[in-house]
Amino acid sequence: MEGGNLTRGGAAVKIRIRNLHKHFGGLNAIEDVSIDIAEGTFFVIVGPSGCGKTTLLRILGGLEQVTAGTVDLAASARGRPQFSMVFQGDSIFPWMTVWDNAAYGLKMRGAPRAEIDATVGQWLERTGLTRFAKLYPHQLSGGMRQRVSLARAFANDPEILLMDEPFSALDEQNKTILQQELLRIWEADKKTVVFITHSVDEAVTLGDRIMVMTASPGRTKTLLDVPFERPRNVLELRHDPRYGEIVYGIWGQLKDEVERARV
Amino acid sequence: MSAIAMTDIGETRRIAARRRDRLISVGSPIGLLVAWELAAQLHFIDVRFFPAPSSIVRALVITAETGELLDNLAISLERLVFGFLLGGVPALVLGIVMGISRPIRAFVDPLISATYPIPKSSILPLILLIFGLGEMSKVVMVAIGVFYPIAINATAGVLQINKVYLDVGKSFKAGRWETFRTIALPGALPFIMTGVKLGAGLGLILIAIAEMVGAKSGIGYMIWSAWETFSVERMYVGLFVIAIIGFVMTLGLNELERWLIPWKAET
Repeated sequence: MEGGNLTRGGAAVKIRIRNLHKHFGGLNAIEDVSIDIAEGTFFVIVGPSGCGKTTLLRILGGLEQVTAGTVDLAASARGRPQFSMVFQGDSIFPWMTVWDNAAYGLKMRGAPRAEIDATVGQWLERTGLTRFAKLYPHQLSGGMRQRVSLARAFANDPEILLMDEPFSALDEQNKTILQQELLRIWEADKKTVVFITHSVDEAVTLGDRIMVMTASPGRTKTLLDVPFERPRNVLELRHDPRYGEIVYGIWGQLKDEVERARV
Repeated sequence: MSAIAMTDIGETRRIAARRRDRLISVGSPIGLLVAWELAAQLHFIDVRFFPAPSSIVRALVITAETGELLDNLAISLERLVFGFLLGGVPALVLGIVMGISRPIRAFVDPLISATYPIPKSSILPLILLIFGLGEMSKVVMVAIGVFYPIAINATAGVLQINKVYLDVGKSFKAGRWETFRTIALPGALPFIMTGVKLGAGLGLILIAIAEMVGAKSGIGYMIWSAWETFSVERMYVGLFVIAIIGFVMTLGLNELERWLIPWKAET
């Protein structure tokens, strides 16, 4: 991955993906995806199950290699990690307390003790976990565990946050609450986010820019901007007449792909 | 109102049932001892084979006073501890490394599978041949017994760790050592503890056998020499002491498990 300054129409480009292909044996998972993601954008990728969106995120996070194509990142400040990932489902360590889980990234990169204490304390406070710092994951609800996962990623202070359907396992009420909290903590310093979801509602609620992917093999079907101003209120947003229109529009795009994925 | 009264009665009943169960559990061995004592006193059973509990207690006091019991107990425990360390520590490391590394697992797994089914007691003559009648042969016997369950369980423990945790480690740039320390070891610990418990039991069996055949000290030797001199009471003292060692070991390991694995949901 090369450094340097990338630009696209004036805004600084944080992630530039060019002609990315990914094959697993004979299976063609991703085919010729090219996107620019501007600095500070909440970028959402939505697509039918099995369209390769998780694979794309894992490539960005260094957990998979590309078959062909390039991924470039804008030059970063030294010492800060480029990515932190929030995984789908339960991914916090059951053998660590909430505090130790949140501190994991900082510990792995050898941050000084005082910095770890201050940063973790701050993020537990922001995610409402301070009271639970000494508890183990099995003592928490699913929503609380996913808060820990968010705190772990944010406390690592990466340049880019990668989120792989972090709320898909939660019930509707918890999902709404956590979406609002994610927006609240994200809006404090607006890091670049790449967020994967299969939920159109979630994409429109959270994203600045949405990419709809085709069914396997995954390609870019549409890119669109979400016009809602920030800060957003997750509930009020649903009142906005434009909300229904955008969701409807995306569903129109997605419908054919979902049909195709089922065949 | 009635609902509250109902749960109250249910709770009271449950406590009463628990107290009753505990009384039965304490009562059954006492009842057995009393029946045994009576049967022996009344000569319903052959006291040459089943001496009365009271005479066993008398033998216990005598062996304790002469120092015979404590000396033998101490030497047996020493062999157990050294054997446990000699077998357990390499088993732990090898087991975890096998869980992490495919090539090493492919290399070592057939060796373990091939030698595991050999009854450990059957290699005692070979061990005596190699290590002689000194302390080392007894320690090695315990070590061999402890090695297999810990190594096998440690490997299984690492292999059952959810792959997402390894992805998390990788994505947070955990190195080899950090992955071992923060993911593989704690993730495999519940399985490892099961292996440690099994190993402790096997170690106790093997030390008793090894001391009967190839030693001049230890609880196993005490039981064997009691047979040779036909002092059946002393034999029962030895059996009783081994039972106590096993019982205390189990309690201790359960406590250790609770301390090492506080994150496991209580069941």
